[in-house]
Amino acid sequence: MKDDSISPGPGSRPDDQTPTHGLDISVLKRERTTLSLADEKICLEVCDLNLYYGEAQALYNINMKLPEKKVTAFIGPSGCGKSTLLRCFNRMNDLVDICRIEGEILLDGKNINDRAINPAELRRQVGMVFQKPNPFPKTIYENVAYGLRLRGMNDRRVLDEVVERSLRGAALWDEVKDRLNENALGMSGGQQQRLVIARAIAIEPAVLLLDEPASALDPISTLKIEELIAELKEQYTLLIVTHNMQQAARVSDYTAFMYLGKLIEYGSTDELFTAPREKQTEDYITGRYG
Amino acid sequence: MTMHNWRKSGTPWIWLSAGAVSISLIMVIGLLLLIASRGLVHFWPANVTQLAYQTGPDQTVQLIGELKDRETLPMARLLESGTYVHQPEGELGHRQLLKTGNRDHLGLDFRWIVDGNILQQSRPPELMVIERREWGNFYGYLRSVSEGGVLVAEGDASWSALQKALGRSLELFDEIRKIEKKDIGQVNYALEQLRLKQRKLELNDQLTPDALAKIDDSRAEQEAAYQLLMGRLAVLYREIGRDSVTAELMDGTQVEVPLSTMVRVYQPNAMNLPRKIGHYLSKAWEFVSDEPREANTEGGVFPAIFGTVLMVLIMSLMATPLGVVAAIYLHEYATQGWLTRTIRIAVNNLAGVPSIVYGVFGLGFFVYFLGGNLDALFYPERLPAPTFGTPGMMWASLTLALMTLPVVIVSTEEGLSRIPSSIREGSLALGATKAETLWRTVLPMASPAVMTGMILAIARAAGEVAPLMLVGVVKLAPSLAIDGNAPFLHLERKFMHLGFHIYDVGFQSPNVEAARPLVYATALLLVLVILVLNITAITIRNRLREKHRLLET
Repeated sequence: MKDDSISPGPGSRPDDQTPTHGLDISVLKRERTTLSLADEKICLEVCDLNLYYGEAQALYNINMKLPEKKVTAFIGPSGCGKSTLLRCFNRMNDLVDICRIEGEILLDGKNINDRAINPAELRRQVGMVFQKPNPFPKTIYENVAYGLRLRGMNDRRVLDEVVERSLRGAALWDEVKDRLNENALGMSGGQQQRLVIARAIAIEPAVLLLDEPASALDPISTLKIEELIAELKEQYTLLIVTHNMQQAARVSDYTAFMYLGKLIEYGSTDELFTAPREKQTEDYITGRYG
Repeated sequence: MTMHNWRKSGTPWIWLSAGAVSISLIMVIGLLLLIASRGLVHFWPANVTQLAYQTGPDQTVQLIGELKDRETLPMARLLESGTYVHQPEGELGHRQLLKTGNRDHLGLDFRWIVDGNILQQSRPPELMVIERREWGNFYGYLRSVSEGGVLVAEGDASWSALQKALGRSLELFDEIRKIEKKDIGQVNYALEQLRLKQRKLELNDQLTPDALAKIDDSRAEQEAAYQLLMGRLAVLYREIGRDSVTAELMDGTQVEVPLSTMVRVYQPNAMNLPRKIGHYLSKAWEFVSDEPREANTEGGVFPAIFGTVLMVLIMSLMATPLGVVAAIYLHEYATQGWLTRTIRIAVNNLAGVPSIVYGVFGLGFFVYFLGGNLDALFYPERLPAPTFGTPGMMWASLTLALMTLPVVIVSTEEGLSRIPSSIREGSLALGATKAETLWRTVLPMASPAVMTGMILAIARAAGEVAPLMLVGVVKLAPSLAIDGNAPFLHLERKFMHLGFHIYDVGFQSPNVEAARPLVYATALLLVLVILVLNITAITIRNRLREKHRLLET
């Protein structure tokens, strides 16, 4: 658990008097029972999204609205297209030459698939954390400062501040504050993953995409990441892809179940896990396949 | 264990591969040992032998010299060669190579002598060797020392008198050389610049009387400085020509040797081991730090070391950025298809083109075409004398850069393809463009591979001689490519190179026999220079590797 006296948490601003959040599942659970998409402020909207790898279609007609400052989990068996869908939100699929996308994804009312949108600009608003920790072979400090340096920020004072804030936000500051100038690759896998999250939130994105962020980690590191996710949703819209249904149930407010490139069911996590509307969903969460 | 099991266990393959490694090692070490043993003895002050030698039935001569080599050959062949042999018995004869020196008196430095003809052999301690600036070594006995034609020392006293006089004459010589090379060189350079300035103004029709007067003023200044230096030189030359020694040759003739021609005087037979070592070190230092004398067969090879290193450095500076940029385009930006495949094959094949072909290309394209046009465009005032339109450091470096480019490209591309895509994606996901990702993350991580390419390039370029003979290397360069005259780096100048020096000394010198140890010494030096360059590059690479290493996950 976090030490309340020193960690202001990611949401703390001078004008923000909310107390720091520890991970108290029961509180989250209580909140969750009342959740309904209709009440949420929508951050991202997917309209008739189709995605093709060459001739093969990978995503079929996806339509969904993603709520702001909530955690939405994508679950489904391997190869169902959940990672592919996640990579649509920051246009990482642009890197795949044969990939073709139809349909719209609206972020703040603008279609991010529009030609006029600069993918680099988009990715500053939509950060991403990958399955395997991928810190750069640089110092811890430089890893976190990377995004700011890209924007031409070289003022040491500003960088120091942002690095500290981001590392605190990723619940890593206390562990690394004395070795900021050591190579990031010397950290443990769990620390590396939290560093990568710190790196992503250093540029203050609106949305954070997490692609199986804990699947390469040990249980304790996984727990830390999950605690972190609960804290981060104070400030960011979180989209998380996970193989682990317990994890989805623990951390998310809303869950989308995908199967064979189609969005089968999407709704509040409690509903989806306790009273699934679709037979396929039920089969999956009760372990009848996958 | 049965034969079958033994074969299955893999033991024969281990032995085979270990054998291959040993053979390679033995060859490399053997080569180095051979070069070192032949080259390093060159500086040792060998003992000088006096011989009573029979050249005919009743003819005997006195010979003085260093015994250099010994060989055994069939008696019949010995007789056939027309040599007199005192007792032509037995199947085999032995002969030794005697370095007699005194080329000005004998015409030849070396002489084969037949073992059986030696009547008497001794090593008198007072035998003296003079290392001279021309005509090679002098061997003989010191008789007296004169100062301006007046006898100052005779007999036993003359050795110490000679030492004192020699110290003085060496100091004078250094001063003369400094004035001639540096001071007068500067004046000449300034005068040439003035001439070019005037010519340029003339060509541009801007030669106003004012400007001309200014140029003439500066010229007069330089001329005055020149006259002053010449006056000083005349005095120095008179001073240095004052002393001389009288020495006795092996046949008893007395000759006069002026001190101005002497570099070193020593009595090897009287030297003890520490003094010999001192002599050895001073000769070895001279070899690496001084300029060559006597058609490169004596003195040092410093200009060649300098030329080799500078050329390799400039080559690296040219080849690396070009190769890296080309590799980045090929690997990161170009659409992968038949065209890029063709380009890759072409690049790989370029690495196999014989170096002399690059030399011919460099001469035709760089020197004549590029250089000629550069001269016409930027140096019209110097024409018809070419500036860049003639072989020189710049074109040699560029030609070698072209030759080593494929190595850099291939190795950089390999480095780029080893960067995990997760790192690229991580950078892109933070809002970096492709170019920013390359510049900030991928390239630093690929830098060890770039250095590997550079190491290979250096190894190839430093040992290359053939193309250089066409595009810039000369037997004797009058001045180094870096000096005190602005702009300090003169890439248009020709230069000396250790590899070419080996070829020149070994095959083109008037005195091949005398130069042979020098060839080995130079070869050893070339190997050392390449080694130092490579170790430097490898050290840098290891630093980079340490800095950008990816932990194995």
